[in-house]
Amino acid sequence: MRVVKTGIAGTLESSDVMITVSENTSKGIEIELQSIVEKQFGKQIRRVINEKMEELGIKDATISVNDKGALDCTIGARLEAASYRAAGISHVRWEEK
Amino acid sequence: MEKLRRTMLYVPGNNAGMVKDAHIYRSDSVMFDLEDSVSINEKDSARLLIFNALRTLDYEGIETVVRINGLDTPFGLDDIKAMVRARPDIIRIPKADSADDIKEVEAIIEAEEKLAGLESGSIKLMAAIEGPLGVINAYSIATASKRLVGIALGAEDYVTNMKTKRYADGMEILFARSQIVTAARAAGIYALDTVYSDINNEEGFINEVKLIKQLGFDGKSVISPRQITPVHRIYTPEQKEIDFALRVIEAIHEAEEHGSGVISLDGKMVDKPIVDRAERVLAMAKASGIMVHEDDI
Repeated sequence: MRVVKTGIAGTLESSDVMITVSENTSKGIEIELQSIVEKQFGKQIRRVINEKMEELGIKDATISVNDKGALDCTIGARLEAASYRAAGISHVRWEEK
Repeated sequence: MEKLRRTMLYVPGNNAGMVKDAHIYRSDSVMFDLEDSVSINEKDSARLLIFNALRTLDYEGIETVVRINGLDTPFGLDDIKAMVRARPDIIRIPKADSADDIKEVEAIIEAEEKLAGLESGSIKLMAAIEGPLGVINAYSIATASKRLVGIALGAEDYVTNMKTKRYADGMEILFARSQIVTAARAAGIYALDTVYSDINNEEGFINEVKLIKQLGFDGKSVISPRQITPVHRIYTPEQKEIDFALRVIEAIHEAEEHGSGVISLDGKMVDKPIVDRAERVLAMAKASGIMVHEDDI
């Protein structure tokens, strides 16, 4: 999957996260993280993001994360939604899940 | 033990906080909504949120229901593909007008289960009847699939289609309620009532719950955790009902011992419907967590 534009998903409500995925041509994955629980869970959040990027086959992207205490599964869902939007793909390949 | 479906807590499918905490209020079921509460631009994101939540979180035995979008929208098919793999207990079909609406969803679920290598038939169905045609076809809808565990009334759309609105006494939906509960009973499945949307009107809510219990419904959709306890309280048999039921069962045993075909209690004849009701009261009491001595049943 290739990022071709900016995709945003999620909200700034409590227990949610707002994620913006945008182009970062040939520069790998760069994460800008802002979280109310960064000290405690910053490392874990970055791990969740890197794993999801690998799963989606995205090699280059700037990922901006504004976390309001979201669970890992919420971060994964919002990141995936933002990535699909950034790739301009409207249907998830559910058959591969 | 009979599965209780007194309360089904409605959870907007794109609200991460509510999705995370849906089970803590101990409703009998939680219903994650991908349909009306999710804006068109957020359907993809909500679907992923519910998918991940169902795959990851432990809802501690609370029955999970997902209301999908209709197949007449661009979202319904993706909802089914995702939810078959997310494995909620039940997929709820909105706006069911005929048996074909159920069979169409069932065929897609069947195919997706096969593709995903999942056991056929493990996901159950529920259908919401929300229009006059659905009300007319209630029995054929209720018997359209072996997966169908219940039918529900969706009154907001129904009253709009009927060129009326919701009134406090509910007269405008009495026919729909009666038709749906009768169809459900004839089909041997659950009958579930519509939401009561004025969460600040507790008295009105309680009156409505008493009415739907009187009509024979198994329970109703609730839109706020505050509505859960009143429903559970109204649906829990009172001690005097339990005591009477136990005496009915005792009278049966006595009559059997004496080889008598006629059962009497306090000088009145006890016939089969009374015995059936007594058994149901005791089953409900047990399911509601009231201690009823096994030997007494």
